[in-house]
Amino acid sequence: MKRELHEVWITGTEEPEWVKRSTDEGAQKMRPEEKGGRLTEQTGTAVDDDFIIEEEIPEDELMIVNMGPQHPSTHGVLRLQLELEGEIIRRSKPIIGYLHTGMEKTGEELSFLQGTTNVTRMDYMSPLFNELAYSLTVEQLLGVEIPPRAQAIRVLMTELNRIGSHQVFLATTGMDIGALSMMLYGFRDREAILAFFEKTTGLRMNHNYIRPGGVAADLPDGWRSDIDGIIEKALAGMDQYEALLKHNPIWEERTVGVGVITAAEAIAYGITGPNLRATGVDWDLRKAQPYSGFEQYEFEVPVGRNGDVYDRYRVRVEEILQSLHIVRQVADSMPKGDYRTDDRKVTPPPRARIDQSMEALIHHFKIFTEGFKVPAGEAYVAIESPRGELGAYLVSDGGAKPLRMHIRAPSLANLQGLPIAMSDSLIADTVATVASFDPVIGDVDR
Amino acid sequence: MSDDQTTDPQMDAEAPMEADQTAGSESLVADLAGSIGIEHQLSSGQDVFIVPKERWREVAAATKDAGFEMLVDETVVDYLGVKDVRFELVAGLVSLQHNLRVRLRAPLPEDDMTVESLVPVYPGANFYEREAYDMFGVTFEDHPDLTRILMPDEWQGHPLRKDYAVGSVPVQFKSSPEAS
Repeated sequence: MKRELHEVWITGTEEPEWVKRSTDEGAQKMRPEEKGGRLTEQTGTAVDDDFIIEEEIPEDELMIVNMGPQHPSTHGVLRLQLELEGEIIRRSKPIIGYLHTGMEKTGEELSFLQGTTNVTRMDYMSPLFNELAYSLTVEQLLGVEIPPRAQAIRVLMTELNRIGSHQVFLATTGMDIGALSMMLYGFRDREAILAFFEKTTGLRMNHNYIRPGGVAADLPDGWRSDIDGIIEKALAGMDQYEALLKHNPIWEERTVGVGVITAAEAIAYGITGPNLRATGVDWDLRKAQPYSGFEQYEFEVPVGRNGDVYDRYRVRVEEILQSLHIVRQVADSMPKGDYRTDDRKVTPPPRARIDQSMEALIHHFKIFTEGFKVPAGEAYVAIESPRGELGAYLVSDGGAKPLRMHIRAPSLANLQGLPIAMSDSLIADTVATVASFDPVIGDVDR
Repeated sequence: MSDDQTTDPQMDAEAPMEADQTAGSESLVADLAGSIGIEHQLSSGQDVFIVPKERWREVAAATKDAGFEMLVDETVVDYLGVKDVRFELVAGLVSLQHNLRVRLRAPLPEDDMTVESLVPVYPGANFYEREAYDMFGVTFEDHPDLTRILMPDEWQGHPLRKDYAVGSVPVQFKSSPEAS
């Protein structure tokens, strides 16, 4: 009656033709016990609970356990209600809202220029992505062209942020599963990226660096050697992660075949990002719907196969390498020019002009007190954040503040897949599954 | 001669359809709107379907059948004092196979804020509809668990409505001497 965890697969089901399988040798070897054939569909339908109850379970054999919101392994203040039958989770329900701070309401009170200070606090692991999504949407409404250097700086900074975010994922997931050294390695290597962010933006997080119209400041002196140092350090760190985890039998025991989610389930629940790619769906907005000039750079989209914890970990490791590849390309081809648009409507006059011209001073004052007016309309622009599709939906009524500011948070949608991944798994796997989804509660609750 | 006339229109009719499917072009979205019988607009260069509230789920199901597998977003906008119909329901759909996006928008009058839930079509709508219920007070029919998601269960009012003021709830400190 109780299925073994690695027997949740059936063979021979046809998959949609757009589900691409990785051709990477490493990915093929992801499941050691797999013996050929395409194991795609989990038993049961995409959305129903696939636990078939053959015998009536008496009420007193089911137990409801609350995990969190103050649990160290829930990555913030996530609360999980688990319905247990002995050691096995039958059903679970994520309960959220403990970090709800009304940022969408706050966004309606701030001007379009101030908006980035607000959204940057949502997904605190990848703040630059929030700023980028917001800025791109404002620019879509304004119809402003962004100079190539500003775009390249945006790509450079967000890809560095992606590496840092994935390093924290590896660190916290490693710690949750028991690889405590991973915690130290991940945070140690992210430090180099944060130091560069501090040098460039002034802050280690909540940067308010990417703004409508471009970026807040040009790259600092000596940025090129800093980037080379970051790449070198990240690659050296990667060797250590791989040596520690990749073929570690304990790690494989804890992750392979655990917390499985199929491509059909992931799509049905709107799960995006590495969690979707781990199921074998080749969908990355940087490739599919490029923004900020991503079409100029060469990179691969790492795709998993089985949608288990191990694949989600593997996809993120591969993404770090791809992001490093992009960072190197951007650094090599960094265009010259302005780091923000010369549209005077959005960009304040240069500092030197303010000393000479009264009009420039007034203009500067008006931009920073009233903000700039955005034509009436609505737009939704999505980018690929380290957690998936991060979209900003902005509605303007023609004023300087948005009528509605909504952020499509990837973590919120990803969290809906958690009950699917955890159903009929062991309590001990809960922590691994939650960690592998990489939820950021600031992003979930906003 | 007559044979030519009968075969040529068929060829013409088939060729563009195949071209459309392979290109995954704009016309796929426009054709879809035409076949469902709803208004198709471009808003900031993005495809938008204006859906009557009564046909909300039916249009979403038809759009899903046309290849838009994923619902990425569902939210509400309060147009108090801007538009005649106060609320507007917005859903973002993505087609992975055609690499397209479309946005459904349904005006929602203040006196009848009940609409069919999209959960039977897109299970991922669950959390978004709970959020819309919590923040705007929209009721979704057939939703499996329509409860508050972000605010506490006993909360009064819907915070993201325009007539819900910012910072109007005073914080009560139970231990403060004035409170006793």
